[in-house]
Amino acid sequence: MGPAMAVARTILALAVSLAALAAPALAQEHEAPAPPMNKWSFAGPFGKYDRAQLQRGLKVYREVCQVCHGLKLVAFRTLADPGGPGFTVAQATAIAAEYQVKGEPDDQGEVKDRAGRLADTFPPPFPNDQAARARYNAVPPDLSVIAKARGYERGFPRWVGDMFTQYQEQGVDYLTALMRGYRDAPPAGVTLPAGSFYNEYFPGHAIAMPPPLTDKRVDYTDGAPMTVEQYAKDVSAFLMWTAEPHLEARKRVGMQVFIFLIVLSGLLYFTKKKVWHDVELHPEKLKPRPPSEYPRG
Amino acid sequence: MSGHPTYQPQSAFMRWMERRLPIGGLVYSSFVVYPTPRNLNYWWTFGGILAFMLGVQIVTGVVLAMHYTPQVDYAFDSVEQIMRDVNYGWLLRYLHSNGASMFFLAAYIHMFRGMYYGSYKEPREVLWILGVILLLLMIMTGFMGYVLPWGQMSFWAATVITNLFSAIPLMGESIVSWLWGGYAVGNPTLNRFYSLHYLLPFVIVGVVVLHIWALHVAGQNNPTGVEPKSEEDTVAFTPYATIKDSFLLAVFCILFAWFVFYIPNFLGHPDNYIPANPAVTPMHIVPEWYYLPFYAILRAIPNKLLGVMALAASILILAFLPWLDTSKVRSARYRPLYRQFFWVFVIVCVGLGWLGSKPPEGNYVLIARIFTVYYFAFFLVILPVLGKIERTKPLPNSISESVLREGKPIGAQAPPPAGAKA
Repeated sequence: MGPAMAVARTILALAVSLAALAAPALAQEHEAPAPPMNKWSFAGPFGKYDRAQLQRGLKVYREVCQVCHGLKLVAFRTLADPGGPGFTVAQATAIAAEYQVKGEPDDQGEVKDRAGRLADTFPPPFPNDQAARARYNAVPPDLSVIAKARGYERGFPRWVGDMFTQYQEQGVDYLTALMRGYRDAPPAGVTLPAGSFYNEYFPGHAIAMPPPLTDKRVDYTDGAPMTVEQYAKDVSAFLMWTAEPHLEARKRVGMQVFIFLIVLSGLLYFTKKKVWHDVELHPEKLKPRPPSEYPRG
Repeated sequence: MSGHPTYQPQSAFMRWMERRLPIGGLVYSSFVVYPTPRNLNYWWTFGGILAFMLGVQIVTGVVLAMHYTPQVDYAFDSVEQIMRDVNYGWLLRYLHSNGASMFFLAAYIHMFRGMYYGSYKEPREVLWILGVILLLLMIMTGFMGYVLPWGQMSFWAATVITNLFSAIPLMGESIVSWLWGGYAVGNPTLNRFYSLHYLLPFVIVGVVVLHIWALHVAGQNNPTGVEPKSEEDTVAFTPYATIKDSFLLAVFCILFAWFVFYIPNFLGHPDNYIPANPAVTPMHIVPEWYYLPFYAILRAIPNKLLGVMALAASILILAFLPWLDTSKVRSARYRPLYRQFFWVFVIVCVGLGWLGSKPPEGNYVLIARIFTVYYFAFFLVILPVLGKIERTKPLPNSISESVLREGKPIGAQAPPPAGAKA
C-alpha cells in the first residue's frame, strides 16, 4: 500500500509543479497590451443601451465609417425597434431615404437605384470585394456583427472571473482601444509594410485602416464631448447594438426566468425535504412494503 | 419485477388501453414504483438532466431548422436572420448553442460519477458501453452542429477535423474527398453535415432508450456499490427520485439560464462571427471547449497518424473500462488508492482541456505529453494493477446499514488500511 500511495502523491505533486512550469509560457503570449475596460451602460444583468449614445454612434458611423464599412445585416426599420437607438418610425424612414439602394427590375427589366425604405438594409459601400481591394488594398470588413467578432484573450484567471462578473464586452473594449490605438510612428526597430499604420492594439500592429477619427470631426448637438475618445466609445456602443439588437430583451427576459427558476428551485427543495423526511430521519416509521425478489438477478 | 404493486388503471379509457397497449403499466413500473437505492446522492441526478437537455436540443433545433439555410452563401446570414428577425430567434439560437455545452457538461459529470462509483462493473457493462456510444454520437452531432453557422471557426474546424482522416494510410485522401463531397470543404460538406446533424439526435434518442432499458434491467448502482438486498434498501422512483431529480434539474437550469441570458457568447469563439473564408486561416484554430481534452491528446503526439489513433483510442478505451478495472469493489468510497488516482485523472482531464486551448508549443506540449501518458496509463496500467494490490475498506452489509450507521460500516473486522492511519 505504502509505495502505491506514495506514487499517487508524487503524481499529484508533479501535476502541480507542471502547472507552475507553464506560467512562463503564459507570459510570452501577450504581445499586444490588453485593451482598457470601459464602463458600458449595457453591461451587467440590468444593462440597457444609452439611446443618445447609439444615436451619436450612428452619426459617427454615417459620417466616418460607412465610406468603407457596410452594415449589410442591419435593416433601417430596426432603428425604430424597441431596445435600439430609439428613433421614431418617421425618423428611421427619413434616414433610409437618404440612401440609394439597388432597386427591383422595372417593366423593361432595367434595374435602377432608388431611395432606401424601412425594409432595406444599409447598402454596401462596394459592389464586391474585388472593388474594395482595388481601391484600398484590403477588404474593409462588414461591421454588422463586428462587436462579437472581435475580442482579446483574457487569460487565466480572469476568464474564470468573467463568468461571474458577466464581462461580455471584450469586443467593444477592443474596438474602442483600436480606434484610439494609433501611434504616429512605429517604435524604433519596427518597420511597417507600405500602406499600413501602426496600431498598438491590432494583432501584429500593422493595420491597413488609416486613423479614422480626429477631434471635432463629427458634430455632436447634444453637448457630448467631440473627442476621439467619445467618438470611439459611441460608435463601439452603436456596433454592439447592431451585433446584438435584442440585448435588452435578452437581459429582461433573463431576469424573469431567473426569478422564476430560483423560486421554483426553492419550492422543489422544500418539497424534496418533506418527501424525504421520513426516509432520512425516521426510517423506522416507513410502512413496510411488500416483499419482492431481492436480491436482484 | 413482481413484488411491488402492479398498475391498476383508474379510468375506463386506460383500462381499455391497457388491454391493447400496456403503456400505462410500462410507465408505472418504470417511473413510479421502480425501486431506486435510497442512498443515491445528487451526482445521480445527471441522467435525468441529460434527458432534459436532449429534449431541449431537439425542440430548439427543430425550430431553428425551420429558419436556417444550409447553403454556403446564405448559412451565416440566415443564422443572423434568426438572431434578428425571427421572434425569440435569439433565444432559440442561444439556448441551442449553450445547450450543447450544458449537454456535454452534464455528460462529463455523469461519466465521472460512473467512474467514481464503479457503475460500469458487472452487471452494468452494456449500460456503460451504450453510454460510450452516446458520447461518440454526441461528439459527432456537436461537431457537425458547430459547422452549420459557417463562420471562420466552423469552416476551419471542419477542415482540420475532416483532414484527420487523411492520416489513414493509402485510402486517407480518398476518404477525405468522400467526406467533403469534393476537393475542399464546401457546399456539399455543409449540406451533408446539416442532414446528419438533424439525423443523429434521433439516433441518440434510440440509444438513450436502450441505455434506460439496460439501466432498468440491471438496476441503479449506488454510492456504496453494494446491490440492494431488501425493500429497506430502496425507495420508489416516484416521488423520491422524481422530486430529487426535479430539484437539481431546476438548479441546473439556473446555470443554463445564466449562460443563455447573460453570457451567451462566453463559451463561443469571436472568430465564428466572421463569415467563413477559405482564403484566410484564423491565428489559432480551437474546437469547442468540450473537445479540448481530446484535441490536446491529438496534438501531444508528433506523428499525425499516431496522433489520430491516440485521439480515437482516448474515447474508445472507455468502452473497455469494465474489463480494465480488475477490482471487485465498485465504489471509490471503499478504495482508498483508486480514489486518489481517480482525482488525479480528473485533474489530468481538466488540464488536457486547458492545454487544448493553448498553442502547441514549448512547455505546453511537454505537459500535454505527460498528461496524455497518465490518461492512458490510468486505464491500461493503474486500473488493472490496482485491482490486484489495493486493500479495500470493509463494505457495509447493505445499503440500509450504511445509511443507518451514518456511513460508518460495521462490516467484518478488517485491519485498518496502512498508510494514513497505521
